[in-house]
Amino acid sequence: MSEHAEHAEHAEAHDHPTNSYFIWTALVLALFTALETSTYWIDFGSFATPLLLILMTIKFFVILLVFMHLKYDSKLFGAMFYIGLGLALGVYTAALCTFQFFVK
Amino acid sequence: MTTLELRSGDPSDSLVTPSAALGIFRRPLATTGWKSWVFTVDHKKLGIMYGAVAMFFFLLGGCEALLIRLQLAAPDNTVLSAGLYNEMFTMHATTMVFLFVMPMAAAFANYFLPLQVGARDVAFPRMNALGFWLFLFGGIFLNSSWVLGGAPDGGWFMYSPNSSALFSPSHGVDFWVLGLQITGIASLIGAINLIVTVINMRAPGMTLMRLPVFAWMQLVVQFLLLFAIPVITVALFLLSFQRNFGAAFFDVEQGADPLLWQHLFWIFGHPEVYILILPSFGIISEVIPTFARKPLFGYKFVVFSGAAIGFVGWGVWAHHMFASGLGPVSVAVFSVSTMLIAIPTGVKICNWTLTLWGGKLWFTTAMNFAIGTIVLFTIGGLSGVTHAAAPADTQQTDTYHIVAHFHYVIVGGAVMGLFAGFYYWWPKMFGKTLSERLGTWNFWLMFIGVNLTFGPMHILGMQGQPRRMVVWPDKLTGDGFFNLGFWNRVASVGSFTIATGVLLFVINVFRTARKTEKAPLDPWDARTLEWLTTSPPKEHNFDSIPTVHALDEFFHRKYEEVDAEGGSRLVKVKTAEEVQAELNAHPDEHMHLPSPSYWPILLAFSLPIITYGVIFNLMLSVFGAVILLLAAFGWVLEPSVAGHDEYDPPADSGDSTKELASVG
Amino acid sequence: MADTTIHAPGHGTTTGLSNNKLAMWMFLGSECLLFGGLISTYMLYRGRHEGGPGPAQVFDIPLTSVSSFVLLMSSLTMVLAVNAAKAKDDRNTKLWLTVTALLGSLFVGGQVYEFTAFYKEGLGFTTSLFSSSFFTLTGFHGVHVSIGVMMLLALVAIISRGRITGDKAEAVEMIGLYWHFVDVVWVVIFTLVYLIPA
Ligand SMILES: [Cu+2]
Repeated sequence: MSEHAEHAEHAEAHDHPTNSYFIWTALVLALFTALETSTYWIDFGSFATPLLLILMTIKFFVILLVFMHLKYDSKLFGAMFYIGLGLALGVYTAALCTFQFFVK
Repeated sequence: MTTLELRSGDPSDSLVTPSAALGIFRRPLATTGWKSWVFTVDHKKLGIMYGAVAMFFFLLGGCEALLIRLQLAAPDNTVLSAGLYNEMFTMHATTMVFLFVMPMAAAFANYFLPLQVGARDVAFPRMNALGFWLFLFGGIFLNSSWVLGGAPDGGWFMYSPNSSALFSPSHGVDFWVLGLQITGIASLIGAINLIVTVINMRAPGMTLMRLPVFAWMQLVVQFLLLFAIPVITVALFLLSFQRNFGAAFFDVEQGADPLLWQHLFWIFGHPEVYILILPSFGIISEVIPTFARKPLFGYKFVVFSGAAIGFVGWGVWAHHMFASGLGPVSVAVFSVSTMLIAIPTGVKICNWTLTLWGGKLWFTTAMNFAIGTIVLFTIGGLSGVTHAAAPADTQQTDTYHIVAHFHYVIVGGAVMGLFAGFYYWWPKMFGKTLSERLGTWNFWLMFIGVNLTFGPMHILGMQGQPRRMVVWPDKLTGDGFFNLGFWNRVASVGSFTIATGVLLFVINVFRTARKTEKAPLDPWDARTLEWLTTSPPKEHNFDSIPTVHALDEFFHRKYEEVDAEGGSRLVKVKTAEEVQAELNAHPDEHMHLPSPSYWPILLAFSLPIITYGVIFNLMLSVFGAVILLLAAFGWVLEPSVAGHDEYDPPADSGDSTKELASVG
Repeated sequence: MADTTIHAPGHGTTTGLSNNKLAMWMFLGSECLLFGGLISTYMLYRGRHEGGPGPAQVFDIPLTSVSSFVLLMSSLTMVLAVNAAKAKDDRNTKLWLTVTALLGSLFVGGQVYEFTAFYKEGLGFTTSLFSSSFFTLTGFHGVHVSIGVMMLLALVAIISRGRITGDKAEAVEMIGLYWHFVDVVWVVIFTLVYLIPA
């Protein structure tokens, strides 16, 4: 394939995280997991569910952005994933709504 | 840089020759004969194979439709038993949707997307071959149910409880579930492949806003497939587990919600209807400007409305379920969103009409089919909007009115559009033009036939004739204008009119194949990049990859603006031959093409073995899984390009055309 | 994705991005809708367990917490493998890939143990809607992990024998993306299925 002058610059940035950065990230994730697990022994009352959901979301995006280095990669990769994620959230939440899932 | 140089230049990433990696097999490298087709990874050959197989299934599904119409052509008829009738309408719909319209659109996408974006092949040629073989084997697997205990009989959306083992005790539904899983995988990998091709394999200068509309519509379709297929995959797995392993996902008696199936099916199913129609929208968006001899009116509007349809199409699925007791809020929400989607669709119809307006119209067969598509789709679209109104829809659900609506949209819209594509692109694909005289007959028979068949169904439906009704008794048909018997007979006559039209097309194809007269290089004075190469295109598509400067690049290479009295006007300054000679004056030195491979067909072959095993004996599945695994390993270990030493005689030099593209 | 590039990834493509990675991200986006459907099915049916034990009776949170932790750590070893591959350090690449595969197998082992325990407590696949949807969801995830383990081990073997047909670092990275995605799905399942009370 011929060289494409138009897009000659490579989109991949090479400020890739170091091993120690990854290890610290994993430690934080482990901490969050410990916190999640603690809800099994400690009664957080009505805070438990929102807390768990927030922790889940944080862990989700930390893995996505750091381990899967979406933060350092082309936005196009993220777009492919987020479209799928967004559609999944949208259609399945709507479907569960029609079953009155969230009001029961 | 050639592959060989890289090999010796970087020993740490040492590459092995395929023969060493595979041990047993010598790589298939035939360029003629059946092997050149079975092991090919060439997108054009695969496109033709997709098309041929899809056409076969079209004729099969058409015969099924004729049998249905024969059964309904006379009162108290006995052409088909009730059970066989159920199998017939289920397989008619399944075949037409999954084994004809989808793969036929895939055929055009495979053949023309790389040409239209100026690439030498798709991004993943072996994946492309895998997709085709999965589609073929899936289709054969599905239809083998006819002789292995009975075809599926639960209707194409396979609602619970009809899909349960109690109401459908044969293996038909199992074949349906597993067959659709196989073709689903084909669609999914095809989607990924084609999206990457459009995003990443464009010729220099081919920006997204210079993409031909066909490429744009296909891009939207592939995104819809990418995200809709996994939803039906879930539904099919759940149904499989219910039928084969005793789960109760849709069994009301055991406390399940049968609506779960309906949701999953239609979350897939509504995007699916756009998967069926948008390729044809793309085709007629190429055909109409060409034969109106002016650029498409509002290119950006057509593109963005296509994308909008694709997006909004995700939020309307429950309009298929208005009669299922969703509750007033859900019904209202989905009713409104469904009405909204008519807007981008209307935009498109306006754009096509305004393209025709003031154009120097050239009524070729392709143009006739394109205009027929607009007319028939508009009728079907309008009746569709009325179904968005939930109260009306509740009346019409499961009547012939719905049958009328979606046949206008799918046959009148999608199928007529595909036929426009046949007549338009045939000279490009085969170097010969289909007979226009036969084509005109083909068009009018189909156009009249569609109206004759599906027009009366509006009346039948309004009179309350239920969908999937196997027999109508003479004494209940009523009288006067609304006599059900009369309109059923008209519809049956219409279906045979369509069939005659299709028959003329088949005759046309065979007659054209026999004729020796070559098509001109640019028979329609076309506008887009695929016409810039020879007909049929060489294996490497373009001798030299063109640099794109404008939308409708090919047109702008032929025409130039000249000052004339009262402003400037476009004048043809070069013929297609001259334009092509100009481009080919400096052919690219290193053309990179992927090599044929055994693995796609072998890997695809393992899937029906697994699925037959699920139905008859799990040991067979294990055997299939072993083949799958071995084929996957063989695939991974095989570089997508053959080494020079594998040719017999060995390829002579580094600038052979048999090398791998820089992208696999 | 087996089709690999001969040149550096992304060489000569329109966007400068690697075809393989683009394809992998699309596949993962598509997988969101697969797991979304399975999770929704479970959510709909988790309360329907007449005639059999319910979630509260069978779930062993300490055990599942340990296996969640194991899978999380396998994500760490996976990124270490990717970094080693980028540094063209074959020894460490193979080491960390193997450790990742081991942790993955440990997770699958935990799941097998869990399923067996449930079965002994009277929770079979067909016992109730809850059990069918639970086993389907976690089973699908388990199959994804198992496929990942197989790919990791195959990759180790292929690297050892020097038979990689494309860019090695990218191959490791691609399997890494898949692996992290499987981990991310488990993060969601662990919270929604195990921790949040029905
Ligand atoms: Cu719909």
